[in-house]
Amino acid sequence: MELVLFILFGLLAVAGALNLLFQRHPINSALSLVVVMMSLAVLYWSLGAEFLAAAQVIVYAGAIMVLFIFVVMLLNAGEEEETHGSKIAYIAGIPGAAAIFCLLSFVFLSERSRLGSTGLGGYLSGAVSNIGEISHTLFTTLLLPFEVTSILILIAILGAVVLARKEL
Amino acid sequence: MITVPIAYYLILAAVLFCIGIAAFLIKRNVITIFMSIELMLNAVNLTFVAFAHVWRQISGQIFVFFVMVVAAAEAAVGLAIIIALFRTRRTLNVDEVDMLKN
Repeated sequence: MELVLFILFGLLAVAGALNLLFQRHPINSALSLVVVMMSLAVLYWSLGAEFLAAAQVIVYAGAIMVLFIFVVMLLNAGEEEETHGSKIAYIAGIPGAAAIFCLLSFVFLSERSRLGSTGLGGYLSGAVSNIGEISHTLFTTLLLPFEVTSILILIAILGAVVLARKEL
Repeated sequence: MITVPIAYYLILAAVLFCIGIAAFLIKRNVITIFMSIELMLNAVNLTFVAFAHVWRQISGQIFVFFVMVVAAAEAAVGLAIIIALFRTRRTLNVDEVDMLKN
C-alpha cells in the first residue's frame, strides 16, 4: 500500500519535472510544476509531516504558482526561441546533472540499511500530533527566528512593490 | 505491510534536483529558469522531511517551513524583478539580457 503510493506519486513528480524540462511554453511548465508540488505534498504526508503537506498545497501550489502564472499571463510570455547559448548548456548541463545524480544515489544506496524505512503515515513520536509538536517548538525555542521571518516577508512585499513600479 | 526505504525518497529528491539543474541550464526563458529554482528548493525540502523522519526530529520539518517562507519572499521579489526587466528590455530571453557582460 505504502510502496504503491510512493511509486505512484514519485513517478507523477518525476513526470511533471520532466514535462517542465521539455515543454517550450512557460504556462505548460508552470502547470507541470503544480503537479510536482501536489505529488510532493502526498509524499510529505506519507513521511508523517501533515502540516507541511497542507502548507505545501497552500503556499507552493496555491500562492507561489498562482503568482508565476499571473506573471506569465501579464507579460504574455510566448514560446522560447533557440539561441546559440543553449547548445553549450546542453553539452555541459546534461552530463553534469547526471554526474551529480549518480554521486547522490550512490551515497544514498550505500547507506540504505542505516537509513531505515517508513510505514504509512509514520509519526515522528506517538505522544503529540505533528502540528502540536511543530507549533510548540516554533513558539518557544524558535520564537525569535519566527518573528524575524515576518519582518523578512514585510521587506519582500516592500521590495516587490518598489521594483514593480511604473517608473524605475 | 510493505514499507518504503527512506533511501528511495532521497533518490527521488536527487532525481528532482538534477532535473531542476538541467532545466536551469537549458531553459532560456527567465520565468522558466525561476521555476526550476523552485523545483530544486522542493527537492531539498523532500530531503529535509525524509531525514526528519529518519532521526525522529522535528527540526527538519521546521527547516522546511522556513525554506517555504523564504521561497515565497524570493518568488515575490524575483517576479517583480522579471516585470521590471521586461519593462526596460522588452524580452524574457536571458541571452539578450547581458548588460553586465562588457
